[in-house]
Amino acid sequence: MGLTLQGLSKSYYNPHLDRQMRIINSLSFEIETGSFVSLIGPSGCGKSTICNLIAGIESPDCGQIMLDSSLINGLSGNIGYMPQKDLLLPWRTLLENVLLGCEIQHQDKHNALEEAHKWLNQFGLASFTNHYPHQLSGGMRQRGALLRTILFGKKTLLLDEPFGALDALTRQEIQRWLSSIWNQTRHTVLFITHDIDEAILLSDKIIVLSQQPASVLQELIVPFPQPRNPDVLLSSASLDLKKELLNLLIK
Amino acid sequence: MIKKKWKDRIPSLLFFLFLLGMWQFLTITAQIPLWILPTPFQIAQALWETRQLLWMHTLTTLLETTVGFLLAVIFSLITAGIMVLSPWIKRLIYPFLIISQTVPLIAIAPLLILWLGYGLTPKIIIIIIVCFFPITISLIEGLELTDRDLLNLLKSMGATRWQVFYIVRWPHALPSFFSGLKIAATYSVMGAVIGEWLGSSSGLGVYLTRSSHSFLTDRVFAAIFTITLLSFVYFTLISALARIALPWIAKDPDDNLN
Repeated sequence: MGLTLQGLSKSYYNPHLDRQMRIINSLSFEIETGSFVSLIGPSGCGKSTICNLIAGIESPDCGQIMLDSSLINGLSGNIGYMPQKDLLLPWRTLLENVLLGCEIQHQDKHNALEEAHKWLNQFGLASFTNHYPHQLSGGMRQRGALLRTILFGKKTLLLDEPFGALDALTRQEIQRWLSSIWNQTRHTVLFITHDIDEAILLSDKIIVLSQQPASVLQELIVPFPQPRNPDVLLSSASLDLKKELLNLLIK
Repeated sequence: MIKKKWKDRIPSLLFFLFLLGMWQFLTITAQIPLWILPTPFQIAQALWETRQLLWMHTLTTLLETTVGFLLAVIFSLITAGIMVLSPWIKRLIYPFLIISQTVPLIAIAPLLILWLGYGLTPKIIIIIIVCFFPITISLIEGLELTDRDLLNLLKSMGATRWQVFYIVRWPHALPSFFSGLKIAATYSVMGAVIGEWLGSSSGLGVYLTRSSHSFLTDRVFAAIFTITLLSFVYFTLISALARIALPWIAKDPDDNLN
């Protein structure tokens, strides 16, 4: 159960070299329902291609993507996908933006609105519902984008370096906050990042990817119980983990 | 906020009045005859004295420009819509669009009058020709969304082509659509006047040629004033419409939280 990738491969034609380039090479891993898994790898290792495949934007050349034992290769709309940029539509107010997914999927308007208001409160955005994105700070926009992903209503979330563009302080704040949200909802989360501390703080399991073509280098269990205090990052177990990850990533 | 806006305009208003005063003063002291350059006061007088005649001619021009402009908008919406949905048709039509813009209007207009007579139709067609290009181009540019990430996000949510169109492409096109409309609106008045010059029984262009043939220079200036005013009214109307249609841009940029 959960999200399973089996022997996934994908190549693209590279016109400069005039040949097929393999981006992902028989990638397999499993994310159990309700767990938080981080995917970490050297930059340019093909993370965004993995995202596109899981989100159903593209189809793999071979291999299977299974969600709760049904095949979702090339099928979109099954997973809440949050890209790197917040991509809030500038002509929509925050409320209209977070309801985007519900609108596309023709979900019941009344329920969606009620749900949205409940969450906006929890996200600390209640007094900004009628603001346009350009009137919000970077952290707020990112929270808005996450709320849009959650309100899409799927049990599985794919978060692609969601905090990469934020400054260090905002980033730490929003990490803690994401952790508390996740501890309430227990979505199945695949979190793509290149920040080792972020991965250790948030995840149950960290999957380390190799250089391109991407495949799984190693899977590491993060042994701290959830919900976590950010101080775990200072423990010696965490430092050992960090060292191990660094060794895997920098070769 | 509105008060502040008016305050910002006071300097340019004062400067305008100063220029008018200089004009009045110089034409009088240099004793320039009326048929070469009238004073602003004489122009105002001509405006007032021929107000009924001017109004009648203005109505004709107003009718032509409004009908021509609206038809141009409709044609542009259809053309741009088709061109954006089908790249093949776009490649087919695009060269013609460019060519249509490079053929000088002043050369086509007499032909249209030759074929269609002195009525309203040739003027409306001229206006459509001049307005069509800026509106269509601005629409195409706005509708062609290049942000792959945004399209991917919508795709991941399972959006259909039509949903992508009305949720993203159309609102994204609106600001550039309105800039196209503003340009086209001022062109439309010019197109109408040119059409009327070449052959018509009423309209501001007729009033303009008749006055200049009779060396009634003050009336020529009165006509120029009216034409400018008409363009300005169109421009203001469209700007107001844009403010209503684009609330996310109209918002005061000062009140953001960044």
